[in-house]
Amino acid sequence: MDKFWNDLAEVFASDRYLEEFLTGTWESLYSTVIATVVAFLLGLALAVLLVAGERSGVRPLPGPLMKVVNILINILRSVPFLILMLFVTPLSLILLGTQIGTVASIPPLVVAAAPFVARLVETSLREVDPGVIEAAQAMGCTPFQIIRKVILPECLPSLISCFTTAFITILGYGAMAGAIGGGGLGKIAINYGYHRYNLAVCLVATVLIVILVQIAQAIGSYLSARVDHQGKTRKVRYRVRLNDPARQEETT
Amino acid sequence: MIELRHISKVFPTAEGELRALDDINLIIRDGDVFGIVGMSGAGKSTLVRCINLLERPTQGQVLIDGQDLCALPERELIRKRRSIAMIFQQFNLLMQRTCLKNICFPMEIAGVKPAQARQRALEYLDIVGLPDKAGAYPAQLSGGQRQRIAIARALASDPKILLCDEATSALDPKTTRDILRLIQDINRRLGITVVVITHEMGVVEEICSHVAILDHGVLQEAGTVEEIFSNPKTEAGRRLVYPDGVAIDQLPATNVIRVAFQGGSSYEPLIASLAIDCGVKANILGADTRNVNGQAFGSMLLGLPDDPDQIARAMNYIKNQPNVTVEEVGEGHG
Repeated sequence: MDKFWNDLAEVFASDRYLEEFLTGTWESLYSTVIATVVAFLLGLALAVLLVAGERSGVRPLPGPLMKVVNILINILRSVPFLILMLFVTPLSLILLGTQIGTVASIPPLVVAAAPFVARLVETSLREVDPGVIEAAQAMGCTPFQIIRKVILPECLPSLISCFTTAFITILGYGAMAGAIGGGGLGKIAINYGYHRYNLAVCLVATVLIVILVQIAQAIGSYLSARVDHQGKTRKVRYRVRLNDPARQEETT
Repeated sequence: MIELRHISKVFPTAEGELRALDDINLIIRDGDVFGIVGMSGAGKSTLVRCINLLERPTQGQVLIDGQDLCALPERELIRKRRSIAMIFQQFNLLMQRTCLKNICFPMEIAGVKPAQARQRALEYLDIVGLPDKAGAYPAQLSGGQRQRIAIARALASDPKILLCDEATSALDPKTTRDILRLIQDINRRLGITVVVITHEMGVVEEICSHVAILDHGVLQEAGTVEEIFSNPKTEAGRRLVYPDGVAIDQLPATNVIRVAFQGGSSYEPLIASLAIDCGVKANILGADTRNVNGQAFGSMLLGLPDDPDQIARAMNYIKNQPNVTVEEVGEGHG
């Protein structure tokens, strides 16, 4: 136990650790941000394909194609992340010229997270009121206009929530990537905690990851509520009531 | 002019085919306010969706101003839909857009310049009586206000036809009347043909000029509101027009006649004069009268004494009254 307290004291005393943690946090952050943005865009495209392309969707696509996409997503989702990462590292080599380091961990993160994001976003796209889509069709919208001007804007708040969830999940995946050559806080936690029995460093690295998650969630929740005008979230509804006392009796 | 020719719609279901519409033929002339009534499940919503081809009929033709929509390629159909506006029971506004942006939406789709669209949207807000709600979001409005915004949005595409799918069914009676007034006003001022789908006869009574009665996917009868209300010819028609009056199935008498009042004469003392002038003592078995466009309509079931002579006299007398028709009601059918 004494070793733990000594180690902990050293973590806070030494400049070397400070620098290491700062670098680690920065690496975790930027690899997660880049991976999330790319995975989100890919996942969003897949989700739109799934929702718009199904038989009752706004732009039905051939059934076999939809089946292939569905199965592919399921396969990618069911392979454990660490295994997937091993399979995908050659991709990093082709794309980035290296298999190790923070940047090299981005392609596997994207491949692992995109199908997950696709399912997440698919669920939220399906929540758009079919009546609203019907109204848009009645107004003479093309399928593309319905996707771009109706479906996506109508679920913007929930898309932001999806993005937040994706970010947090990828942050976790990124920490795991530390085990096999990735950079960031995950690497620090594993190198010191697991390989050198320095639990203090491991603990601090973990706490930093927890803090990042908390901040990400807070920002995501705030933005989601901020852009939501449907009055679903408590905050917005409260604000609306303040502005318009008559609303309560009128909406029943 | 909207012309529906031999429209049938069949939905495949797990239990076999469901025939939602069966050989519907209907003509709706320009400028009419045309009601399509029926109980829920009668096929009204499917029928109205056949007019803008949100539902493609299994068989038949949809002609608008002589042009067969079913034959149009997808691209042109989409364009054509812009001249057929639609409002809904649940309003179906875009919840993440302000009212003004909602009204701009159809113009945005059609490629109208934003500044011009905004200008026109403000005018439509004025027409529907909500000029101060431009910046409000639909969630902040009451049901009636939301429907007004939906109407403004419908008008924004400058339509020739307005389809109303149970547009007032989610609203309270007073708001319903206000919205119906607005629709009527739009019909009169802008000359837009209105098709109203409803299960409430009150709505038809209030604004329609013509009405068609739909039951189990079959068009039972159609005509002017005056014709149908004064003397519905089919069972489905009678059920809708007089929902709780005059159910003759339970009546014992065989000498039952139906007297139909067609405008103006509902409040004349026909029964009293029948007794005084002819000496026939009629028994009122049931009656229901309605006020349609300022005229009184109604029907009354009378039981007559068991005497052929008296029956003949009574029939003769009533036939000679203005604005009244009479028919004998046989046993077992009404």
